[in-house]
Amino acid sequence: MIIKRASEFKSSEITDKAVYLKRREFLKAAGIVSAGAAIPGLLAARVEAAAQKLQYIKNKKYLLDESLTPYQDVTTYNNFYEFGTGKADPARNATHFKTRPWTITVEGHARKTGTFDLDDIIKPHSLEERIYRLRCVEAWSMVIPWVGIPLADVVKRLQPTSKAKYVQFVTLHDPKQMPGQGGFLGGGLQWPYVEGLRMDEALNPLPLLAVGLYGEVLPNQNGAPVRLVVPWKYGFKSIKSIVKIRFVESQPPTTWNLAAPHEYGFYSNVNPEVDHPRWSQARERRLGDGSFFAPKRPTLMFNGYGEQVAHLYRGMDLKKYY
Amino acid sequence: MAQPTSRQLVLIKVTLFLAALVPLAWLVLDGVQGRLSPNPVEAITHRTGDWILNFLMLTLSVTPLRKISGWHWLLRLRRMLGLFAFFYACLHFTTYIWLDQFFAMSEVWKDIAKRPYITVGFSAFVMLIPLALTSTNSMVKRLGAQRWRKLHRLVYVIAVFGVLHYLWLVKSDIRLPLAYGVVLITLLVLRVPSINQRITGLQRA
Ligand code: HEM
Repeated sequence: MIIKRASEFKSSEITDKAVYLKRREFLKAAGIVSAGAAIPGLLAARVEAAAQKLQYIKNKKYLLDESLTPYQDVTTYNNFYEFGTGKADPARNATHFKTRPWTITVEGHARKTGTFDLDDIIKPHSLEERIYRLRCVEAWSMVIPWVGIPLADVVKRLQPTSKAKYVQFVTLHDPKQMPGQGGFLGGGLQWPYVEGLRMDEALNPLPLLAVGLYGEVLPNQNGAPVRLVVPWKYGFKSIKSIVKIRFVESQPPTTWNLAAPHEYGFYSNVNPEVDHPRWSQARERRLGDGSFFAPKRPTLMFNGYGEQVAHLYRGMDLKKYY
Repeated sequence: MAQPTSRQLVLIKVTLFLAALVPLAWLVLDGVQGRLSPNPVEAITHRTGDWILNFLMLTLSVTPLRKISGWHWLLRLRRMLGLFAFFYACLHFTTYIWLDQFFAMSEVWKDIAKRPYITVGFSAFVMLIPLALTSTNSMVKRLGAQRWRKLHRLVYVIAVFGVLHYLWLVKSDIRLPLAYGVVLITLLVLRVPSINQRITGLQRA
């Protein structure tokens, strides 16, 4: 088993990965392979990602005084319905997901539109690590060290015009690679997955276009090769495996809102005072911090990022715009 | 096995009893070995919930199976199946009160009153209690067969509420609750008098 995984690693397309990826020596990776095999839960995806260390700077402005959710938990407990609706499905079903070559098509009200290679979009920026809380709408949370670039920088470089009031994002639609998009009822969602932000939200310094976590290339189950991270909104706003960015004039449709409009709004800001119609949002369970036999912790307004984002919603009734 | 001897029946019951504890053993084992996903509370709630429904469906299968096969001794297993549904319901409820809510009783009551899926789940659990309490032979005698049978028709309501509870708690993937719904509807349809007669006839013919 170890040998099989190691050879799989050797013959994979890692070598033609982007220039910003620094390939780790084989022996070291093989060491991780065998260590990984000793722990039954560790998955092949971990093995592949282990070879792909990123070069980045740690952004000291975005640290947290909270313990990180272990890598193992972050990469085996995922909501990524494209790869199945069970939390363990993505780690299982996304191992062979092809993340290179990868292009992003930019459309709509911007000066720079067209189809760009992902690496060309990332290259002009330097990667940074930021530690963010992630609050899922299902009332659990994690603390994750993401590696990426600020969304705002990319948006500015694409030069949206004054007509661009919102930014829409679209996930890859490829039922051959994403088994959750086919089959009976397709997990109850319409594909492709779409999300959106208001322009001022997109230009806020917080949202990241993440290409990695824990210093390594983003594992497929976490939304490789590029995903959004919007830490003050429920996790489903942080769209994964992005292939399209559209600058639009009116509020774009969003997947969960289409599925259940009275349950998931366009804004979906983390808000302990506005419950999901079917469960409370007042508290959350922090995963992987050993608090199994402990009460849940209180959820913070805007997931604790009020200082940076509360002004965006001044004067808005957040019960109405949930 | 048209009619097992009483010794064989004891053996069948002991086997069934042990088999019914396997899901619990499996859960404990997974828990001890840290295999309950990064969110063990959710995993325990889901597994115990699944097994309440499984045992409710098994309990409701006894009568149709007995009619179809003519194996009347199957009836002797029904009480145990029903009690195991109750057993897993107690575990499920305890998980919710203890691990999920951590005895924040004001929150629990709010949940029960406000959240339809909890309301129906809780009602189903409360209805299971009198059925469990009146499951002994002496209680059947004390109530009289007629009244006992009437009371135990609650199990149909419990099963419907259990499936509704599941249907209302999933976010968007309703495949599993639908599957349970189909099984339940089938089991209920088999009880419609005209159909009931036909399957009983099947065996005699
Ligand atoms: C006979 C009664 C009940 C049945 C048949 C039942 C069945 C189920 C089932 C099948 C699930 C989903 C399992 C899965 O996703 O795999 C579930 C989840 C759940 N049940 Fe129950 N249940 C019952 C009673 C209760 C009660 C009394 C409560 C609490 C007061 C409760 C609270 C929950 C919770 C909190 C969840 C998990 C919800 C989530 O993960 O979002 N249930 N139940």
